Amino acid sequence: MLKHKDILGLYDLEREEIEEILSLAHRMKDRLRAGDKHGTELEGKSVTTLFYENSTRTRTSFEYAAKFLGAHTVSVSVATSSVRKGETLVDTGKTLDALRCDVIVIRHPVGGAPALLAKTVGAHVINAGDGMNEHPSQALLDMLTMEEKFGSIGGLKVAILGDILHSRVARSNLYGLKKLGASVSVYAPRTLLPPAFSELGATVCSSREEALDGADVVMGLRIQLERQKAGNFPSLGEYAKYYGLDEALLKYAKKGAIVTHPGPVNRGVELTSGVIDGPQSAIEEQVTSGLAVRMAMLTLLTEETL
Amino acid sequence: MIFYGADVVTKDGVKKLDIRVKRGKIAAIAPAEEGLAAGRGEQVVDCSLLTAFPGLIDMHVHLRDPGFENKETIETGTMSAVKGGFTQICCMPNTKPVIDNKVVATYIKARAREVGRCKVHPIGAITEGQKGENLSAIGGMKAAGVVALSEDGKTVRNTSLMANAMMYASDFGLKCLCHCEDESLVNGGVVHAGYYSTLTGLKGSIRAAEDIIIAREICLAESLGLPVHICHVSTYSGVQLIREAKARGVQVTAETCPHYFTLTDAAIRDFDPDSKVNPPLREERDRLSVIEGLKDGTIDCIVTDHAPHHADDKNVEYSYAAFGISGLETSFALSYTMLVKGGVLTLGELADKMSAAPARILGLEGGEIAVGMPADLTFADLGEAWTVDPAKFVSKGKNTPFKGRTVTGRVKMTVVDGKIKYREK
Repeated sequence: MLKHKDILGLYDLEREEIEEILSLAHRMKDRLRAGDKHGTELEGKSVTTLFYENSTRTRTSFEYAAKFLGAHTVSVSVATSSVRKGETLVDTGKTLDALRCDVIVIRHPVGGAPALLAKTVGAHVINAGDGMNEHPSQALLDMLTMEEKFGSIGGLKVAILGDILHSRVARSNLYGLKKLGASVSVYAPRTLLPPAFSELGATVCSSREEALDGADVVMGLRIQLERQKAGNFPSLGEYAKYYGLDEALLKYAKKGAIVTHPGPVNRGVELTSGVIDGPQSAIEEQVTSGLAVRMAMLTLLTEETL
Repeated sequence: MIFYGADVVTKDGVKKLDIRVKRGKIAAIAPAEEGLAAGRGEQVVDCSLLTAFPGLIDMHVHLRDPGFENKETIETGTMSAVKGGFTQICCMPNTKPVIDNKVVATYIKARAREVGRCKVHPIGAITEGQKGENLSAIGGMKAAGVVALSEDGKTVRNTSLMANAMMYASDFGLKCLCHCEDESLVNGGVVHAGYYSTLTGLKGSIRAAEDIIIAREICLAESLGLPVHICHVSTYSGVQLIREAKARGVQVTAETCPHYFTLTDAAIRDFDPDSKVNPPLREERDRLSVIEGLKDGTIDCIVTDHAPHHADDKNVEYSYAAFGISGLETSFALSYTMLVKGGVLTLGELADKMSAAPARILGLEGGEIAVGMPADLTFADLGEAWTVDPAKFVSKGKNTPFKGRTVTGRVKMTVVDGKIKYREK
């Protein structure tokens, strides 16, 4: 049982809640490994994915997760522009409530939008990424991957490289990892570093080597091409050279370190193909972890109080 | 009519005085112990438990009329003004159509007279349609009663055009009131760039976005030897720029709003769109510097930047919500609570910031309780604590981040040109 009606972010979740989700996610992953896609936990429940931003993997993952647990699923895609002219988020939420939707999985370009929706509706709300705020299921799947590899998260050193400023993945990971006792080091171009990341508990490093030094986990972040047009860096080539991760740099991390990435990866930009396809990469495994985490989130959120 | 026995805030301190008003002017003032004898049939109002201020003046208000009457009208806006203790307000030109010609200015003055609450002085746009291309009809607007020029909500991007505007405006005795914001730096930012923008992931804008234009307007004023007024100062560094400019004799004046000396960006934590305002709420350091600027005279006056919005404009995702705070009905209490009770200003200094200074800056009549002055008076109970409840606002704009906050000092009666325009029931 979670203490909250909604999962809006790891900043708000308590350590025990995070541990509960991860613990169930491990069991879900075992089921997936065994090929079991016929869960009944969400039988009779309806889950709507309400996406105001394009996404393939997160949306597919949530829909599979819901279906594998026996839920009805509906997906609503909305082009942000038409929504801004038409129905408001609040009204859309009320409509889904009236349709007896049990869980709304929302992705939205504006931070705080899931919180607004959660305030409006009786349905459970899961944040599948809001603006630059949080992406809790991504961080939880990263954490599940880490637990699988290292047993526990306490004491791990996690290095995050790349566009921290725009990254909801970095924020959610930071909040979750800190709660479970890991330390987080980051390195980013100064133009893509938020003003107060160290105040949130991260160690802001002045080089890739420093961030990677002794790391158990190295997390790359996707760089959006439009950041170049906005003048955040001169070119993708230069970004790759000064801020990307290749096999040589990876040697600064611990020998058994793993590499994660929320995907989709720009090959040869934030990570070289050698890293992506190398023995330390956990990127593919993360996708299955994502499914398991989302199954756990949906299950715990809809559990009936006894 | 005689207002008996109020503690009256005058230039020489607070005194218990009787005030007689006649034909819209202050006709006589006498110490309460001597007393003014009521003439036959003369109305008397017992004010012995109240404090009288020179009628408050707010030189930065958005009335939304014409064009956005769902947010506010001249009628509701001026009702809100007198409830907040304001006897004169200046309304910004971002209406639809924009106040960039004498027709719109004339309409506003006429409509304000018709609804008959407080005095309303329109502010004209600097450029046609606030587009930043051609100067608006400045001479014609002046003739129609415009008291200043502002591109409020925007900065005139073209510096040369801004210089011309200041020069041309000076021919008509008008000042430019400058909203300072470098658009390219703001670049879609909706909050201050700092800890809370990092935490919420809301797009932040740095202080320099405001400071650069403050500095630009100061440079123009200094080079041209002309006056300029800086709107709603929110940054510690902006306060410092103005302080330094004043010290070397630049004719710069400045205003701030209650939210900048009361709140910080911590208010954005829960994504409450009522905390969304432009310039954004900043950090404690900025809040303290704004207070320091008010204390040492760097910041001349307090304005509300009253920006009423319909609930539909606020009950949306933070980034899509409209900027602005409905401020007329909380300004006096917040200022009294934070600044006078907070030990920053005396009552006399508060009266200056909220009445005399805006009158001086814009050349308006008023700002002082003295014989011969217009009988504009604001009476308040300085002992009354009350809790802000936007549902009780008479303004159509219920958008306030102060909802639920307990403040002290309540406007009880507002007198404009000798007539009681608001009296609390």
